[in-house]
Amino acid sequence: MALLEAENITKVFGGLMAVNSVSLTVEKGSIVSVIGPNGAGKTTFFNVLTGIYKPDGGTITFDGESIVGLRPDQITQRGIARTFQNIRLFGNMTALENVMVGMHSRLRSGVWGAIFQTPATRTEEKRARQRARELLAFVGLERRMDELAKNLPYGDQRRLEIARALATQPKLILLDEPTAGMNPQETAEATELIRRLRDELGITVILIEHDMRVVMTISERITVLDYGSKIAEGKPEEIRTNPRVIEAYLGRGAVVEAQMG
Amino acid sequence: MSKSATLPQAIATQFNRGPLAYAALTLYVLVTSALLLANTRTSLLTDIIFVLFLFGLLLIYRARVVGGYKLALAAALLLGVLPYFGTQNAFYVELAIQAAIFVTLALGLNVVVGFAGLLDLGYVAFFAVGAYLWGVLSTPQIAQIAPGASPVSPSMFYLFLAVGLLVGTIFGILLGFPVLRLRGDYLAIVTLGLGEVIRVLAVNLDRPVNITNGSQGIKDIARPPLPEVLRAILPGLGDAQIYQIFIYLMALLVLGVTVLVVYRLKNSRIGRAWEAIREDDVAAVAMGIPIVRMKLLAFAVGASFAGAMGVLFAAKQQFINPPTFDLLRSIGILAMVILGGMGSIPGAMLGGALVTLLDLQLLPRIAMELSALKRQGIGIPDWFDPAQYQRALFGLLLILMMIFRPAGVLPDERRREELREGEAETSAEVEPAAQSRAASTS
Ligand SMILES: Nc1ncnc2c1ncn2[C@@H]1O[C@H](COP(=O)(O)OP(=O)(O)OP(=O)(O)O)[C@@H](O)[C@H]1O
Ligand SMILES: [Mg+2]
Repeated sequence: MALLEAENITKVFGGLMAVNSVSLTVEKGSIVSVIGPNGAGKTTFFNVLTGIYKPDGGTITFDGESIVGLRPDQITQRGIARTFQNIRLFGNMTALENVMVGMHSRLRSGVWGAIFQTPATRTEEKRARQRARELLAFVGLERRMDELAKNLPYGDQRRLEIARALATQPKLILLDEPTAGMNPQETAEATELIRRLRDELGITVILIEHDMRVVMTISERITVLDYGSKIAEGKPEEIRTNPRVIEAYLGRGAVVEAQMG
Repeated sequence: MSKSATLPQAIATQFNRGPLAYAALTLYVLVTSALLLANTRTSLLTDIIFVLFLFGLLLIYRARVVGGYKLALAAALLLGVLPYFGTQNAFYVELAIQAAIFVTLALGLNVVVGFAGLLDLGYVAFFAVGAYLWGVLSTPQIAQIAPGASPVSPSMFYLFLAVGLLVGTIFGILLGFPVLRLRGDYLAIVTLGLGEVIRVLAVNLDRPVNITNGSQGIKDIARPPLPEVLRAILPGLGDAQIYQIFIYLMALLVLGVTVLVVYRLKNSRIGRAWEAIREDDVAAVAMGIPIVRMKLLAFAVGASFAGAMGVLFAAKQQFINPPTFDLLRSIGILAMVILGGMGSIPGAMLGGALVTLLDLQLLPRIAMELSALKRQGIGIPDWFDPAQYQRALFGLLLILMMIFRPAGVLPDERRREELREGEAETSAEVEPAAQSRAASTS
């Protein structure tokens, strides 16, 4: 059974169909990409999946359960984590603390535990700290754990966002343009990291990405959005040669040129 | 650290660590204590010495000496010198009690405003609820509500400190629930309204059933029975004086518990969640933090301290009426938090003490001295009535403070960093693209 099944998702802003009846099925353990020109509705689609926006139509089934109408924190608790296109770290907290915030829903200790510093709370805190260090090491940031998030270089901030998302113990992770603003070297490292999320941690990945080399090398399936609608879906090689996709990206003339040349 | 340390900075560093720090700190504490005990008359000079004496607590906090020594010195000052001085001069113990009460309130509000970032302008409502709780139940006023009921025994006071805590929590949740979905300015206005509602209820709930006794307030509120130990420790003193020291010790106890609790909460999973919400609520909720519940928790925790302190306040004053709990009071407590440095525990404490001392001691004293000069016909124009300008001076001080230390006197380490960053950024051009990227939401 598929891990995520989104059917006919629609999201309207005023008169604008930001997402128009888009369906997406994601198998467990796969890496799929959502691509499309600027303003196609990719981020909006993510925001609907994670509960930040309520869809105006459609159903979402995650792990056999409907998640439409749940709050974002409840959806995270069920196992969907995400990163943001515009990096939204807790800038004035350290890298380690950012990751520990991600663990919130997996930790139990409450007000009493904190006030009385019960043994259970103390053990839990210690383990959480240890686990956060491991996650930082996984993304290659263990040396920077005590630095404030906002003081990290751009590429490290993107990696920290991934570590923070991992801290929620997701089954599915949604990455919104994880290589945006990176140089080729950083992009290659990030691509490798995404692959390791699936291969080493067994996490299913949905990726929004503009860099076609990244998309074509790591995705098993690609969904293409344009003006809110799905215009194509398939394996990378199918998408590469799909005339509608080329048209959406490059305009009508490009299709003719591609066919002639 | 900056390479161009000036001479005064170099000296300050010397005094901040090493054996010199121990010697200087001990000397300072001894000298101010001795001066204080040598000047027991209420006067401007004693005022100044008193402030310097309390300033010692800040030095103890900042000095680089071992924790045990800090604790011992602070205990000696707060549990030894100050109460003993109080037996000589009641006025200053009264000041210390007021300071302890307001520092506690500032710490509670700091949880709401500083930790969770919720601007609450009606905080004093919870203080009022605690005060009225003990005020009504410990006096014959109770018979007005339930005919035939008799006041609870004064020895129940200790239990009611806990009940006040609980009732404060409940009111925090009740008032917080409808408003916490609002953001920023809206939240501020609604909490302001709710705070006023509580005060207006206190004024008007003398009909149809007389619960609060309206604007006349409640008098003859019970005090807890005086422990015999104190009589034994402080022989030769009148009950009134022993009582005052007793109340002082209890206020200190509530304050101590509050400090411990807020410290531990701040450094816990809950404190991290609050901080995350304050930093970026969308990211926080996406990380699995139930924001409304966490905000409610901040409201409840903040309110609980106010509720407990309200009970103690009622017992101390033995008389409460609605004007004590007006909007100005809420704003005063907020001023303490902001002045000290939002989100900073030592900051809230310093802010609370500073504002209380200014308000009750230093400014009135300055006004008095000026009036005395005026009566002698020295240099002060007729139209200038110093007592009338006291609040203006206070306002002016606040403004100056905010201009020169916008993050507060003792800002949270991180916020200080934030401010320094801001300064660096204005000098170096920021990449415009990065800025707009950060500004837009995804
Ligand atoms: N909160 C909102 N209110 C109104 N319109 C919105 C909102 N969010 C997105 N939109 C609009 O919906 C459309 C889709 O935006 P979205 O951010 O999903 O695009 P995208 O595919 O992620 O683009 P990009 O590649 O630039 O990130 C755009 O026209 C955008 O202006
Ligand atoms: Mg986008």
